[in-house]
Amino acid sequence: MPDDQQIADTILNYITREYADSLQGAPIDVDSPLISSGLIDSLSMVSMKVFLDQTYRLRIPDAEASADAFDTVAGMVKMLRRLGVT
Amino acid sequence: MNHSNDSRDATAVTGNMGLHSYEPGVLRDALDIEEGGTFNLGAILSDRHCSLGRGEHQALIWENHAGRHKSFTFDDLRRYSNAWAHRLAQLGVNPGDRVCLFVDRVPDLYFAFLGILKLGAVAQPLFSQFMADALEVRLADADTRAIITTVRHLGKVRSIRARLPALAAVILTDVSADAHPALTQGEFLMTAEEAPLVEFTPFPATQDTPSLLHYTSGTTGRPKGAQHVHSSVLSQYATTRHVLDLRPDDVYWCTADPGWVTGTSYGIIGPWAVGATQVIFEGGFSAQHWYEFIARHRVTVFYTAPTAIRMLMKAPPPAPEQLGSLRHMCSVGEPLNPAAVLWAERVMGRPFHDTYWQTETGAIMISNVPGLPIKPGSMGKPVPGIAAALLDQQTFQPITVPGKVGLIAFRPPWPSMFRGYFKAETTYQSKFVGGYYLTGDRGSVDSDGYYWFVGRDDDVINTAGHLVGPFEVESALLRHPAVAESAAVSKPDPTYGEVVKAFIVLRPEHAGSDELKLDIMNFVRKHLSPLAMPHAIDFVEKLPKTRSGKIVRRMLRAQEWGEPVGDLSSLDD
Repeated sequence: MPDDQQIADTILNYITREYADSLQGAPIDVDSPLISSGLIDSLSMVSMKVFLDQTYRLRIPDAEASADAFDTVAGMVKMLRRLGVT
Repeated sequence: MNHSNDSRDATAVTGNMGLHSYEPGVLRDALDIEEGGTFNLGAILSDRHCSLGRGEHQALIWENHAGRHKSFTFDDLRRYSNAWAHRLAQLGVNPGDRVCLFVDRVPDLYFAFLGILKLGAVAQPLFSQFMADALEVRLADADTRAIITTVRHLGKVRSIRARLPALAAVILTDVSADAHPALTQGEFLMTAEEAPLVEFTPFPATQDTPSLLHYTSGTTGRPKGAQHVHSSVLSQYATTRHVLDLRPDDVYWCTADPGWVTGTSYGIIGPWAVGATQVIFEGGFSAQHWYEFIARHRVTVFYTAPTAIRMLMKAPPPAPEQLGSLRHMCSVGEPLNPAAVLWAERVMGRPFHDTYWQTETGAIMISNVPGLPIKPGSMGKPVPGIAAALLDQQTFQPITVPGKVGLIAFRPPWPSMFRGYFKAETTYQSKFVGGYYLTGDRGSVDSDGYYWFVGRDDDVINTAGHLVGPFEVESALLRHPAVAESAAVSKPDPTYGEVVKAFIVLRPEHAGSDELKLDIMNFVRKHLSPLAMPHAIDFVEKLPKTRSGKIVRRMLRAQEWGEPVGDLSSLDD
């Protein structure tokens, strides 16, 4: 069972790799605002959601998929826990 | 057919509220423009206020996500735009040259925009979230002479520069002279607050002198550059006053990025023609931050998009005292659904007033103006001075039957009307039929004269208020190693209005999987933009085609929207 840190690392690695063009070298950690800061466009949240759906074998409900929930890696970890990822 | 003598129908649907304030002579007088004389849009937005004794009035309050903030007066706008005009001239930019603004919402974006206009050059704003492929197509088409960008986007510019022979200068802004990346040949620095102060005599423009080149997407071919002129300000000034109800003592927030036409027409030109204070937030979406921003700056007039409103609807509501300063709110970019109007009345204390217009029209054409009772879901009525009509989709004759769907059209001219597509005269001419400009949108008019949006008349996808051309998406998809053929169409979405859906035929050596879908989504996002990224992908055996081999997108689109697929007799199979 992955702990919070492992989930956070998985997401951070993915973001650093797949969103390198948007981040342009900006360092990020679990609390870095991604969407509200403008580092990542809110429309990009959709591919992030697909990644989480596939990696954790769930379907994040539309009601949960808000810009606020996806704004930080820590927020995404919390959301996944809430949805039963163990 | 010729409609040139048929003004009856157009007049019947022309608005009639305060027509006098839309008369060009009155508008020219208000902006100190002599009929037939020369003037300069950049100077109207900055120098003119100083001449009128309002130089110390706040023009721009800028804040970023990290909490940094700066404030600038109209005199600052005058001085910093002079510095930009001077610097661009020094770098060999001439009147008429295209200068691209590829910048996040930093203060220098606004100073440079005015400086480009003062020089008589043409501003070519582009959305800074565009990736390298999307940027290259637009710079190549415009033969762009110089690009202004920031460290964050410099990598994208450098990656395509060798293929852009016309691009003589890359100007890095929002950096300090003693802390910037190493520059290569043809790269320069310019940050207005660090530049020497100079006087600059604005270029003497006439009403038809090009001012802006805004790229927009169509069904076929590459994006087209809609060419605007200095006199567009007459329409933008009139509608900012009348529709946005903006006055010089207002604090105004337009959330649109200046890479799109709303961000220039009503995020720069309109409000500064009026002389209002603009607040700019350099950051992304967050309901909590947005409400706090409105409260902190005591914003009085708010102009945003339905997608943003729907995202606000999903977030916790504001505290009642946060929005106490607001007195007027408008919406633009895509149809405003009735639920959003009703939600705003209940939660924000007032409704959003929908406005309808396009990159090509340059200014608001149809709107729920203050005082006009709102019918939730309707875009309102034509603004004064605009002759709107609904045309039959086959005959292009005006429709007079309430509720019947037709093509939304306008009878030219109006001051902010685009003057052409850059290097695409045939495409420009194809937008006019029988003396009308065809918007490419379908709608209806009810018995009270209110316009209702129905949908596009072509295959263009309006996602979050931005047009995405299917051809551009399909071209990017074809560069993915697994894709043999593709079709991109719109799909309804509860938040973004529409999103891109791709139907893909894979190469024989590839099998469809969820992982491949995500890889393709990211591929388009990284090559074009987050807007163009398909939100849904279906792998199919083959695509519907005509006997001549043309992909029939309308059939796929109709399936997504649950509409009749229409006549299929021309299909191959």
